[in-house]
Amino acid sequence: MKKNILIVLTVAIALFADHDASAQTTGEIGITKEGLFAQKPIPISVQGVSGEAAKVLNFDLTVQGFILTTPDAAQYIVTGSIGGNITGSLTDKFAHKMLLSRSYNGASLRRQAHAFADDIVGAIRNTKPIGGTKIAFKSQPSFGSGEIYVADFDGYGAQPVTSDGSIVAKPAWVPGHMALYYTSYARSNPDIFYHSLSSGQRRVIAGYSGLNTGAAVSPDGSKVAMILSKSGSPNVWVCNADGSNLKRVTTGIEDSSPCWSPDGEWICFATKMNSRRVLAKVPAGGGEVQRVPTPGTANPTEPDWSPDGKWIAYTCQMGEFSICAVAADGSAAPVVLVSGQNPSWSPNSRTLIYNHGPAGRQTMAALDVFTRQSRDCQHAPGSNAQPAWGH
Amino acid sequence: MKLNRIVLSIALPLAVIIATSGCKTHSTPPKTPLPQHPAATGPTTEPPLPDTKPLMPEAPPVSTPVIPPYTSGPITTASGWQLVDYNQDPAKLAAYTVHFKFDSAVVEDKEQASLASVSDALKSDANAKLLVEGHCDERGTEEYNRSLGERRALALREALAKVGVDPERIRTVSYGKDKPVDPGHDESAWSKNRRGEFIWCTPKSPTP
Repeated sequence: MKKNILIVLTVAIALFADHDASAQTTGEIGITKEGLFAQKPIPISVQGVSGEAAKVLNFDLTVQGFILTTPDAAQYIVTGSIGGNITGSLTDKFAHKMLLSRSYNGASLRRQAHAFADDIVGAIRNTKPIGGTKIAFKSQPSFGSGEIYVADFDGYGAQPVTSDGSIVAKPAWVPGHMALYYTSYARSNPDIFYHSLSSGQRRVIAGYSGLNTGAAVSPDGSKVAMILSKSGSPNVWVCNADGSNLKRVTTGIEDSSPCWSPDGEWICFATKMNSRRVLAKVPAGGGEVQRVPTPGTANPTEPDWSPDGKWIAYTCQMGEFSICAVAADGSAAPVVLVSGQNPSWSPNSRTLIYNHGPAGRQTMAALDVFTRQSRDCQHAPGSNAQPAWGH
Repeated sequence: MKLNRIVLSIALPLAVIIATSGCKTHSTPPKTPLPQHPAATGPTTEPPLPDTKPLMPEAPPVSTPVIPPYTSGPITTASGWQLVDYNQDPAKLAAYTVHFKFDSAVVEDKEQASLASVSDALKSDANAKLLVEGHCDERGTEEYNRSLGERRALALREALAKVGVDPERIRTVSYGKDKPVDPGHDESAWSKNRRGEFIWCTPKSPTP
């Protein structure tokens, strides 16, 4: 039904456009972005679940585009019980159909609730589960020295993985592995470390003269993109996972924050062209740099490419830092979503983790980009920033 | 054009009809009962026996509670002299700290006297090295500022090379906005924080 409305409206707009060419651009983009990023959350009711499990369900469903409501107002009804373990079901009230009936055992109650939430979302919408995912982030007293932490995606169970007492920055996950790359000033210079969380082993993979930061791992885990200044300006370089086979791929005046396209073909990054901050992309093996247009949003930095390839989230700065999203192929104009910085996509390509708040007192939050519903994560001591969502 | 108007006159009311009927469908369930799917059950009927999903006990994310110190990367990856082999004296050249305009890495002409003093100090001690720190104000995102701070430090190294200092004696480090001298949130604080600092480095052991 919704599709029909969209089609008819699109036809109507296309017809209007014939009368006034300028209305076409504004009208079409207006409908596209408002329709896409102002979706109504799906009403869902959760009955019989209380306490911690209820909080987990509420958080997980809210940051994936659902809104908890009464059974009368809901389209979907979740019924559950907790007797040591969680048992629950999901019913589509409109279709009079039970979509899920399952009991969970093992692990913690929180883990069971996350798994239940994943099954609920998966039964309604075919997206990748996020309930068992981890985030890495940095936490510091306010400024200066801090540590890299790892936690559940909602911030629970946070534990430090470094204990150097030095400045740290920009953790990045190795896809599918309990391993990180991050920047640490432990050797008095910003160097890039590889750190296996399962063995505790770590080593410097980039410790060149000057800046070594912004590591981003390719989707297949074989390559690392990063910012090095060894050739005289901060640029994007690519090396193998172990630091070998280093190659410079950009030569601009000042680059930062590389990220990979999900097919591993492109690296998107922030740069400066004609004294203006812009986003750009370059083939991962080197080649011609192309602008990624972000009209209407000033000073774009910190891009992150969604796993489905459709969106690039980034931080813009117009008075305050804001999280934005733009269609990676330029087919939809950028949308300013919420105030915050450092967006990082979850595997479901609709939830972002980011940080927000006053300088030196940052809090992380998860955001459903299509409904703009956001919930703060459990806070670790200090200012929590630069979250990276593990895939 | 005429055809457009005609189609428009049909399309718009149609849109309204579909939109309103769409709303109705959402607010009240259809009166005609839907054909019952064999497996379908209403929310009030007895649910079928649930299937079970056993979850593996979760392994802690970090299996080694004490992180061993890092194994150094290959020393060949860092060119030239190493900071760890030198003592740092931030006081000696503190008077020559230079400042930058907003979002700029251009070394201003007014800083030439400071650069000359730093150059003289380096000429007077052949064993000494120099670490140039680049810093930013809090405007701008973290990694953006880490690159901007590096560019400031590199610009100062270039300016020192122009007045005769061997650039091989100079290392650069960017702290981005991680080390403000003034924690304030106004131009007075920001102008102090946009800076380059010169750190005097002397060998820890006598010259090798």
